[in-house]
Amino acid sequence: MSLYTYLTSERPASRRQAQLGQYYRQWQALKQNPLALMGLVIVIALLMLAALAPWVAPHDPIAQNLDQRLLAPSAKHFFGTDALGRDIFSRIVYGTRITLVIVLLVVISVGPLGLLIGTLSGYFGGIIDTILMRVTDIFLAFPRLVLALAFVAVLGPGIENAVIAIACTAWPPYARVARAETMVIRNADYIAAVRLQGASNARIVLKHVVPICIPSVIVRTTLDMAGIILTAAGLGFLGLGAQPPLPEWGAMIAAGREFVFDQWWVATFPGLAICLVALGFNLLGDGLRDVLDAK
Amino acid sequence: MAAMTGPGRVLLAVSRELVTIVVTILGLLAVTFLIARVMPVDPVLAVVGDNARPDVYEKARLEMGLDKPLLVQFWLYLNKVAAGDFGRSVLTSKLVLDDIKRVFPATLELATLGTLIGISLGIPLGVLAATRQGRWPDHIARFIGLFGYSIPIFWLGLMGLLLFYAKLGWVAGPGRIDVAYQDFVTPMTGVLLIDCALQGEWDAFRNAARHLILPSAVLGLFSTAYISRMTRSFMINELQQHYVTTARVKGLSERRVVWGHALRNAMVPLLTVIALSYANLLEGSVLTETVFAWPGLGRYITNSLLNADMNAVLGGTVVVGLIFVGINLLTDVLARAVDPRAR
Repeated sequence: MSLYTYLTSERPASRRQAQLGQYYRQWQALKQNPLALMGLVIVIALLMLAALAPWVAPHDPIAQNLDQRLLAPSAKHFFGTDALGRDIFSRIVYGTRITLVIVLLVVISVGPLGLLIGTLSGYFGGIIDTILMRVTDIFLAFPRLVLALAFVAVLGPGIENAVIAIACTAWPPYARVARAETMVIRNADYIAAVRLQGASNARIVLKHVVPICIPSVIVRTTLDMAGIILTAAGLGFLGLGAQPPLPEWGAMIAAGREFVFDQWWVATFPGLAICLVALGFNLLGDGLRDVLDAK
Repeated sequence: MAAMTGPGRVLLAVSRELVTIVVTILGLLAVTFLIARVMPVDPVLAVVGDNARPDVYEKARLEMGLDKPLLVQFWLYLNKVAAGDFGRSVLTSKLVLDDIKRVFPATLELATLGTLIGISLGIPLGVLAATRQGRWPDHIARFIGLFGYSIPIFWLGLMGLLLFYAKLGWVAGPGRIDVAYQDFVTPMTGVLLIDCALQGEWDAFRNAARHLILPSAVLGLFSTAYISRMTRSFMINELQQHYVTTARVKGLSERRVVWGHALRNAMVPLLTVIALSYANLLEGSVLTETVFAWPGLGRYITNSLLNADMNAVLGGTVVVGLIFVGINLLTDVLARAVDPRAR
């Protein structure tokens, strides 16, 4: 039996075959969308750059070289050098690591938290729902960046604190999405069937409700990543994210601000990098939504 | 409950709404209060200075109520906020509320103009994209939408300054008005354009407008991205409804069907979107104001933050949060007023 017939079989013999077959069909659907593929390519390129940074970057991203300050872009320095003579291209390449770390940490903490709050709220309803949703509303009532600023003010600047601040402000929409999904399936027959078999609430929520919510949360996450990157860059720009000499893109733009009229490249290229990565996640997220969330 | 009709039901809905709002505001204040309590800056030292004698320190601590239980302190905090007392800013040594009153009109001016740009470009673009799906208005709307969600606003502001101010000289640079004009106008409303117009200072007006155009255009682009995207999806939804078919069968022109019937119905959810976008611009101004050295609320908060001026930061945060709640409330009321189904 060839792999193709295995994957596209109308009668999967095992749960795994059905699952793999579904992945295969979703991949086929995603492949039809050129913009989504472009997003995927950008995201993969980002991952590769982060993994291979020491081999891709021609210069040390942190070592200062004061006799080479503010050089214009050239064959030796593709994107020029900054005020401390550091190669901007190399700093951007290494900056992918910081961006990825921030995004991944935020997503890892926010996804499960929002999923848990949302499913509990939707599944149990009543007073639990009211309380959890009020708390969610309160956090939604704050503008995201301003609340993150207030958190950073308390915690102090730095990558870890920026992650905490962004996570604290990013979870409410996930809870909302998960709750809405849960409300829809809460009274479905198969849930009733599982309950009649004597499954505990914990088992129903974790094994039967959460898996249904996961596609929407994944879509939401991918679409949110661009927002997280932009917020992190904003915090970095204000000097509240990653601290020097780390090559964080937002902080690099801030450093290039005072020379922007004369040495335009210092602030321009890190900004382009942010745009490209955010665009990649947005395109991929749009594509995934069409594939996973076909409603 | 279902048996209740007429005024009783409306009253119930209104009171439920009120409870929600009160709880949200209380929660908002609780969050800022807790942030203030866990911060590593000693609020007493901020008042009495680092070299205060122990007895002075203790007296100030008692005066500030810091020896009382947390709940009592929260109650005191609520009372203060209700009276508009956010304490004194360490940086400006003025009352935080006065500071906010002074800087807020600048932010309001920026966000309002940005939203107006967003409405006047975003709605037509969204409608065109919905009626010509897959053709060039749709592509333009998608392009603007994607870029609006992908470009860091502060970077776009910088690039705008680089191109339109430094290279082309079409607009004025950072700040609200040239120093030369600064004393021409006495602040009345605080909104510079209105003040200039009221006092007939047209040179100053033109100068202020030249300063305003770029930051508001930057904010306007983001507003356009959001509004056009939502308009498109609402319009697609409306155009599939039966009443649209009815209108077409009646022989109405396509223009009246789209702009007169479908858009009118799409306006109800759009109101919420516009309000949200307005509130978001108030927030987006934090970064924009930093780039354009715009003396508004956003820059006030960040400046205070960088100088560990916690009273000012928390006061600003509370005010922005309250504005958010207020705008949401206003939208609910408006939506109810416009849409008979929601009454």
